[in-house]
Amino acid sequence: MAETLLDKVWQAHTVRTLPSGQTQLFIGLHLIHEVTSPQAFQMLREAGLKVRFPGRTFATIDHIVPTASQARPFADAMAEEMAVHLARNCNEFDIPFFDLDSERQGIVHVIGPELGITQPGMTVACGDSHTSTHGALGALAFGIGTSQVRDVLATQCLAMTKPKLRQIRVEGKPARGVYAKDVILTIIRRLGVNGGVGYAYEYAGSAIEVMSMEERLTICNMSIEGGARVGYVNPDETTFEYLKDRPFAPTGEAFNRAVAWWKSMATDPGAAFDDVVRLDAASIEPMLTWGINPGQSIGVTEPIPDSSNAPDADRIAWSEALAFMSLEPGRTIAGTPIDVAFIGSCTNGRLSDLRAAAEVVRGRKIAKGLRALVVPGSQAVARTAEAEGLHELFLTAGFEWRKAGCSLCLGMNEDKLTGRELCAASSNRNFKGRMGSPIGRTLLMSPAMVAAAAIRGQIVDVREMLP
Amino acid sequence: MRPDDIRRRISGRAIPLSGNDIDTDRIIPARFLKSITFEGLEAHVFEDDRRQMPDHPFNQPRHQGATILLVGQNFGCGSSREHAPEALRRWGIRGIVGESFAEIFFGNCTAIGLPCLALNSGDLARLNKFVAQHPDHEIVLDLEDRVVRFDTRNVPALLSDGARNQLLIGTWNATGVLLEAENEIDRVARSLPYVTGY
Ligand code: SF4
Repeated sequence: MAETLLDKVWQAHTVRTLPSGQTQLFIGLHLIHEVTSPQAFQMLREAGLKVRFPGRTFATIDHIVPTASQARPFADAMAEEMAVHLARNCNEFDIPFFDLDSERQGIVHVIGPELGITQPGMTVACGDSHTSTHGALGALAFGIGTSQVRDVLATQCLAMTKPKLRQIRVEGKPARGVYAKDVILTIIRRLGVNGGVGYAYEYAGSAIEVMSMEERLTICNMSIEGGARVGYVNPDETTFEYLKDRPFAPTGEAFNRAVAWWKSMATDPGAAFDDVVRLDAASIEPMLTWGINPGQSIGVTEPIPDSSNAPDADRIAWSEALAFMSLEPGRTIAGTPIDVAFIGSCTNGRLSDLRAAAEVVRGRKIAKGLRALVVPGSQAVARTAEAEGLHELFLTAGFEWRKAGCSLCLGMNEDKLTGRELCAASSNRNFKGRMGSPIGRTLLMSPAMVAAAAIRGQIVDVREMLP
Repeated sequence: MRPDDIRRRISGRAIPLSGNDIDTDRIIPARFLKSITFEGLEAHVFEDDRRQMPDHPFNQPRHQGATILLVGQNFGCGSSREHAPEALRRWGIRGIVGESFAEIFFGNCTAIGLPCLALNSGDLARLNKFVAQHPDHEIVLDLEDRVVRFDTRNVPALLSDGARNQLLIGTWNATGVLLEAENEIDRVARSLPYVTGY
């Protein structure tokens, strides 16, 4: 019988059925960072347990790191304590740790794929909701909480319920100036921020097939913003080509054997899904959010919505969101002035994102009075970008060129909004308070759109500015 | 598992929180995650919302001591921070009733023994109305029968079999149960080409 990747990977990792009826699932790759792991290690110690497979967990530091000066100790004593704890825990339990002084450090969802640690057919878990990112390589990747981090450390397993599967088929060719970010924002707008609860998303169709690995990572990253804990793309030649020669990928004959196994884990032709949704890539325009969740988005040429036109169930939420954002319904969103521009995060902080932004920035300067940050997703991204001279291009234009980390994506480090600042951001969440100011505002969009907004000082259709 | 890990019936006064898609950044803003323990999180539950809305339910004296949280759709969406359910639990919440829950949040709640029960929108509206009129009446979450009792009503609640069974038998802290399968874990590890080295 034709099976899906979800079926095959689930089956291959099933240890047994638990008394609760859930599946005991083996987790092939566990990634940890400084925010959600310290309590798990503490629980482990209190229970007198060891890490079951220390070589199957990798650690990095990303959320709390300053991106300007990384001199130790950090200026923020609490951040320093978290960094010290992670290093100590990894040392005590024998877990490989990419600390700041390792050239492999970066945002957890950037480095897993980049180092070739994430591979097709794996089960992946990390105490972080954007773990769905790793599905781009054809893995089943689950965001988990701290108690589950403890479970994986102690047993390399999770108690899980198998999700249903929805295939999202994106067909056709997106227009110039339309990026993976616009595709995923369109999907979330269409299916809603809770449309994926209980589902895994399989992204397929001609538009996904021609996407690069980095574009697929952007798509899978935001699955969770649509409520789907897991999102994946079937492994194909793009995947194998991407993995070849990565530090943790198999080499020589082993690579060929790996490819054969990876291929065998992909969804079979004719497999059935619980649901199928179709989307026409050509109909998508550059997107951005106007509200306080990633589903509240519009095309850049559309007017800011009026809550009186909202579906009944959304009316109150829309008017609250508009009030919080201080956006005027009926006006086009293009022309909205911004205070801050942020290019980075696990959604759009990779080399191709920086290149796309650079294409817009080249030969131009950012608007006066604006604060604009480029924050590479990893040290490797930073190195390659610098080798291409991208940092100089950004610096000349008036951007700040920072060190790898989560930065402004969430208010846990020195990069924060102040007061009512409005930020054009390439990250993934526009929740109230997300960027560190309880009343700060975030508009999510593609890195190229952020770059365009930084140049003009206001929201603008990036298609007007492409060379 | 210990006898006090068993969650069969939870009763108490309710605290109603309106709105859908309330994310974990609102339940506990990220700046309070800067800690290596969960201690003291209860002081910051809904901190920013509470400052911006003085009549926020968590600020109201009449709701202090409530143990059942009433919410709308997709409660707990966003980040996987277990700090969110921990902050609620440490504030005193022992059970949550809503129309629907975000998946990671639901799992995190279950993993700390905090049941989340879903009601259909009509029953939830009736429950909210009852609580508004009788804030000091107790309501009961019956996990065994999967019903919520209030007034003279018994309304059916949704709770997945897996979570219900974990709560009823007290295995929501899954480590012990998972460890029982030592040999099977090794068998699966040995069967995976990427573990053995392709
Ligand atoms: S970049 Fe943002 S979303 Fe990604 S891991 Fe860091 S904080 Fe989370």
